[in-house]
Amino acid sequence: MIDQALLEKTLTTATRRGGEFAEIFVEDRQSSGALLDDDRIEELTSGRSRGAGIRVVVGDSTGFAHTADLSESGLLAAAKAASDAARDGTGGVKTVDLSTKTVRSPSPISIYPDSVAKQRKVELLNLANDAARGIGGAISQVSVGYGDSRRRIQIANSDGLLTGDDQIKTRFSVSCVANGDAGMQTGRESVGHTMGFELFDQYDVAELARKAAQRAVTKLRARPAPSGAVTTVIGKGGGGVLFHEACGHGLEADHVAKQSTVFAGRVGELVASPMVTLIDDGTMAHEWGAFAIDDEGRPAQRNVLIEDGVLIDFMWDELRARAEGRASSGNGRRQSYMHLPMVRMTNTYIANGDTDPGDIIADTDSGIFVAQLGGGQVNTVNGDFVFGMTEAYLIENGEITEPIREGNLIGNGPEVLTSIDALGNDFEMGSPGTCGKDGQGVPVGDGTPTLRVPALTVGGTAA
Amino acid sequence: MLEDLLALGDRVIARAKPGEQIEAIVVNETETEVRVFDGDVESFTSATSQGIGIRVINDQRQGFAWAGSLDPDVIDSTLSEARDNATFGSIDPDLDLAEPDGVEMADLVLFDESVNDFATDAKIALALELEAMTKDRDPRVMLVESVDFADSVGHAAVVTTKGIRIGGQDSGCYITAAVIAGGEEETQVGFGYSVDRDPNKLDLEYASQMAVERSTRLLGAVKPQTERLTVVLDPMVTAQFLSIIGSTMSGEAMLKGRSLFADRLGDNVAAATITLVDDPTNPLAFTASEADGEGLATRRNVLIDQGRLHKFVHNSYTGRRLDTASTGNAVRGFSSTPGVGTIALSLVPGKRSQADLIGDIDNGVLIQGVSGLHSGVNSVSGDFSTGADGLRIRNGELAEPLREFTIGSTLQRMLLDVIEVGGDIEWLPSSAAGLSLAVGDITLSGA
Repeated sequence: MIDQALLEKTLTTATRRGGEFAEIFVEDRQSSGALLDDDRIEELTSGRSRGAGIRVVVGDSTGFAHTADLSESGLLAAAKAASDAARDGTGGVKTVDLSTKTVRSPSPISIYPDSVAKQRKVELLNLANDAARGIGGAISQVSVGYGDSRRRIQIANSDGLLTGDDQIKTRFSVSCVANGDAGMQTGRESVGHTMGFELFDQYDVAELARKAAQRAVTKLRARPAPSGAVTTVIGKGGGGVLFHEACGHGLEADHVAKQSTVFAGRVGELVASPMVTLIDDGTMAHEWGAFAIDDEGRPAQRNVLIEDGVLIDFMWDELRARAEGRASSGNGRRQSYMHLPMVRMTNTYIANGDTDPGDIIADTDSGIFVAQLGGGQVNTVNGDFVFGMTEAYLIENGEITEPIREGNLIGNGPEVLTSIDALGNDFEMGSPGTCGKDGQGVPVGDGTPTLRVPALTVGGTAA
Repeated sequence: MLEDLLALGDRVIARAKPGEQIEAIVVNETETEVRVFDGDVESFTSATSQGIGIRVINDQRQGFAWAGSLDPDVIDSTLSEARDNATFGSIDPDLDLAEPDGVEMADLVLFDESVNDFATDAKIALALELEAMTKDRDPRVMLVESVDFADSVGHAAVVTTKGIRIGGQDSGCYITAAVIAGGEEETQVGFGYSVDRDPNKLDLEYASQMAVERSTRLLGAVKPQTERLTVVLDPMVTAQFLSIIGSTMSGEAMLKGRSLFADRLGDNVAAATITLVDDPTNPLAFTASEADGEGLATRRNVLIDQGRLHKFVHNSYTGRRLDTASTGNAVRGFSSTPGVGTIALSLVPGKRSQADLIGDIDNGVLIQGVSGLHSGVNSVSGDFSTGADGLRIRNGELAEPLREFTIGSTLQRMLLDVIEVGGDIEWLPSSAAGLSLAVGDITLSGA
């Protein structure tokens, strides 16, 4: 993308007023999408965004500038702006010699999406639309989306690192509205992986569409959700969102450094049920949060955060790790070249337990079974979290019975972690997610086996 | 700057082939952001970003492409991509760009020169001052987690082959503080902010006081029992609900059968005290704007008039499909085609203060904040439940703090269950203004 000599010159310029660390992050992102809604191919969209972000670190201060102008003059102007912003002024020119480091991607690509004819993408949309509408008269609206993106990044820093990555993602989603006597309900299915068009060798879009439609239809007969503390069984897959919110964010080293997490200072302590092993793994091939290198040039890693209930480590980016005299854990990520990197999760999941999921349900007298979760949010300072359930059922006398309407579930992270009392052996990764933090969104994956929490507060409306 | 963007738009649409319609949206934004922590600058960001979105309609098909750059070669390829994309769209005789409709633009001053004159050192000083005053404000403040100052100057132009040629500029800045209060046993977090178009008018005292009050008053919070009761929504919470209610009144949701109010025009859908207005021409609104995303003049639209559903908002496409006209509500950035949405919502305020509203309630809760609202509301079915924290209302006064509970109802019922609209309108940094709202018969789920 940018040649080595210019990268070196840019870094030298960035450190012209001092600073112990400087970095240039170059990004070229191309995306394409297609949307079918209301029985029409509404639009095909193509997008292109490229630019560079330059940061200079002086003591505890970071200066950052970004530019869409990748010419020599554009890069040098941004480097000057970043060094001015860091405001050290002690001077001293530091020359930078870069040496290239290549990291193999855990997610090799078979079919590059830009090599696939647009007509083929449009056909997938129509196929899914027909399948969803084929479910029957209750389905009143269907929207189908296809998207792919290719993100090429290049990172060079004043430590001499020069590296890059080529990240390709493809996704597909179907949203349906069903209309019944008691109003409308929605159902959604989405898949996304760090892979090319071979995604559609793995997934049958018609099948996805039927699942989404069926979900909406099923919810038409949903009863109001109970309210108050309820025994909650979380189904395999998307239940990982629970851990993303309940403890993942609280294990990010930037929160730890500011003591703004309930987990600060607790390494080595039992923070969860001994059944719980929590892992964040950027190397999981083809998962939504996978990459070869993070957005600071660190190779992706598999990091065990909680092992058998004991807190092992936090997640680290470059700056937080430096301050502690240790290595980054490969969790420095950013939304785009226009953003500073920070500590972020990748693919976060709970390892398998040993109980048959059927037994977990059978062993639950009364409660709810949450088959699909929506997004969530956490207050890392006190650990209170919330997430939405988009498909859920009552459990009565050890059996899954009636569907219940949507609502939020809330709990306190540390309390929920320690109270988990059953863990299934049916681990699965969930749907692709976007994690938001400080205004930046990055792709993440999560997963879990079926598990049970004795009491989560369900925000239903039934008395 | 604005002239450059308009000229660029002119050059793009000049390349339209016979029978082809082209719309170009071109934007340029500069921004700075300072974050301070513990008496020092933690980060300083300065940046300019630019972009263009090109929509092509040809043979009743539409295509779109965008780029985050205004380099000539990039614009060339963006136009070709948009053209190519158009060949794959469905044929739709209603596809067209907006026709100029003669509605005059409001004359708004949305740009303040002082944002350009405000020196870097002054921005840093302001943030440091807010941090210092917040730290010392209350002994229960454990940590000022972050203080951010940010400003931006934006320019945008829309130029089309239908003769629309509109440009605008605006400026904005804000300062925020995030405070952690408490100690070993328990901590609570609170945010405060001040926002203005002129950095000299930012109110540090207000931001500091808000952050400290919102964190300290939750200390000692307990989980309440489940019950059905009356709540008073704090202005910030009301604003979040209004945005969601606004989304159900989009012509697109109506057209595509996704609005729970689709067949209800003329019906009483809310308590008679509710008059909901979308008015981007009000300069007090943070999201005030003279033109919408298709370059039509924005206008004041009454959506609910004293409880009666009066109007849906439209862009030119949904207006055409539904045999009505655009209400000036095309919303978009440069990387998307025009959608439909409310731009600057507010309820017509009542007369009394929040304290007056609380004074009438024997047993209720003041909802200070909600979390997970985006995942807890289904704007198609209307079901909602959201995590919340706040303070018990007992015998007309605020009592103990509460946390880890949810409030739930349906949007339909909630609108009808509004007891009173407060007079304390606040123009928040969002697309909806806030005020206190008393709502009856809400399910509170706790222990």
